[in-house]
Amino acid sequence: MSFDLAALRAQFPILSQVVNGNPLHYLDNGASAQTPLAVLDAVRTYETTGRANVVRGVHMLAERATEAYEGARAEVAAFLGVVPSEIIFTGGCTAAINLVAYSYGSLLKPGDRILLSTLEHHSNIVPWQLLRSRSGIEIDALPVTDEGRIDLSALPRMLTPRTKLVSLVHVSNVTGASLDVKTVVAAARSVGAKIMLDGAQRAPHGPLDLPSLDIDFYVFAGHKVFGPNGVGVLWARPELLEAMPPFHGGGSMIGRVTFAETTWAPPPRRFEAGTPPIGQAIGLGAACKWMRGLDWMAVHAHEMALTQRAMDGLQGIAGTRILGPSSLQDRYPVVSFALEGVHTHDVAQVLDSFGVAVRAGHHCAQPLMDHFDLAGTTRVSIAPYNDNGDIDAMLAGVEHAAKILR
Amino acid sequence: MSEQLYQERIVALAKAKTGAGKLAAPTKSARRDNPLCGDRVTIDVALDATGKIKDIAHQVRGCLLCEASASALASVAVGRDAAGIAALRHEADRALGREEGEAGEPFSAFTPVRQHKSRQDCVLLPFEALKDALS
Ligand SMILES: Cc1ncc(COP(=O)(O)O)c(C=O)c1O
Repeated sequence: MSFDLAALRAQFPILSQVVNGNPLHYLDNGASAQTPLAVLDAVRTYETTGRANVVRGVHMLAERATEAYEGARAEVAAFLGVVPSEIIFTGGCTAAINLVAYSYGSLLKPGDRILLSTLEHHSNIVPWQLLRSRSGIEIDALPVTDEGRIDLSALPRMLTPRTKLVSLVHVSNVTGASLDVKTVVAAARSVGAKIMLDGAQRAPHGPLDLPSLDIDFYVFAGHKVFGPNGVGVLWARPELLEAMPPFHGGGSMIGRVTFAETTWAPPPRRFEAGTPPIGQAIGLGAACKWMRGLDWMAVHAHEMALTQRAMDGLQGIAGTRILGPSSLQDRYPVVSFALEGVHTHDVAQVLDSFGVAVRAGHHCAQPLMDHFDLAGTTRVSIAPYNDNGDIDAMLAGVEHAAKILR
Repeated sequence: MSEQLYQERIVALAKAKTGAGKLAAPTKSARRDNPLCGDRVTIDVALDATGKIKDIAHQVRGCLLCEASASALASVAVGRDAAGIAALRHEADRALGREEGEAGEPFSAFTPVRQHKSRQDCVLLPFEALKDALS
């Protein structure tokens, strides 16, 4: 392993906490990851030396704030392999999807179709339903395979000439399955549809090269990539951003305002009305920079070794059923499971008494839960700072839950 | 802390499954969902002419706390009307520390849930469903 796990862990002060008398074993990274000193320091520097509004001021602090904010945009762009003017700071991943659904959505006509999947997070379903009730578009959903992947064999059947956008989860927050983007892009392009990926669960696992994916929109959340909450990112092709009307109106997004008519600022400012989450964006920039400093070959190998350890251990406990791909192929370090005869919240509660933090429930993916006829699952989601001790504590907790609760 | 949450009494109540199932001919039924966790309780009641519960059954798709609560409720619901059930709700609220005073049986079993605010709705969901069924 060419990265120093102890040194990495030391960058996350929260990990040295004691919870219910046990060391903290934080395995709920898919919900929110922890944040390193580099991010906390960047936010603190802004708050203590450059706190001011951006864009509008001419004084020293405003200059510093604007420089740090635009610097953060450049860091995010570098993380995604794109240029800064294509990066829009939003309030989160959900906010970014809503922006696209509202703004790009307003360019669609009644009868146009959007293709989603049964694997989607509610945040990539509900904004499209809102658009449907506003403007009469239609929604289709690709099915999932038994392994918990989007069933791409259904693409030819479900894509139509009226399909304008295919919006899919890049990595599932429930099954960890990662999307075969190439196949989706080829199929979508054949009917002229645009492609959006929900990268909420992919972005925490290393830098991306969006141009090589040949997609149109990408979204993710700051708090899942070791940054602050209250901030997220939309990347879109410049020609699309140029064609899209604003989502929110207000300060900073205008060209010129009169009561008769207002013109829009060019992107990205057109989509950043009002005072943005400045400190959060700066923290997110620092998080992207921090991530780019990691050796992701080594980190990925580490994360996947932990995933294997978790899957092997769970399979050794009678009555567990893992929801998701059984191999590590095209998969990220998220492991969801059901424990027969024990409700997922009870599993999570027992794990809490072992100092282990996991997520239990439907994971904002009710269509998927309905498909597998489950009320919910317990989800272990792994970050670079996790270690064997975290996985072993989780396994001990699950075994204990199985013993006392059924 | 959570270790004590699953005390034997709660586990025993849940495993007893008192009143689990459906009634063949309910006078009324009601279903309640907890949108946060997806838990669901359906309660059937058979009522006499004065509105008193003659028979009760519940289906729980939920956690152990929810099952234990439904079971506890079913064990003492027969013979009570809406006001009588409302009185039981106060027992549960006392057990959860939401009201002053000692909780009566069998609801005192839920006192360990006091420290777990996020789980209290699990205990209360069957009460909500039963209230709906009686209204
Ligand atoms: C796949 C996926 N998409 C979208 C979201 C929404 O992210 P946020 O709640 O940060 O806006 C999440 C977060 O749970 C997610 O896992």
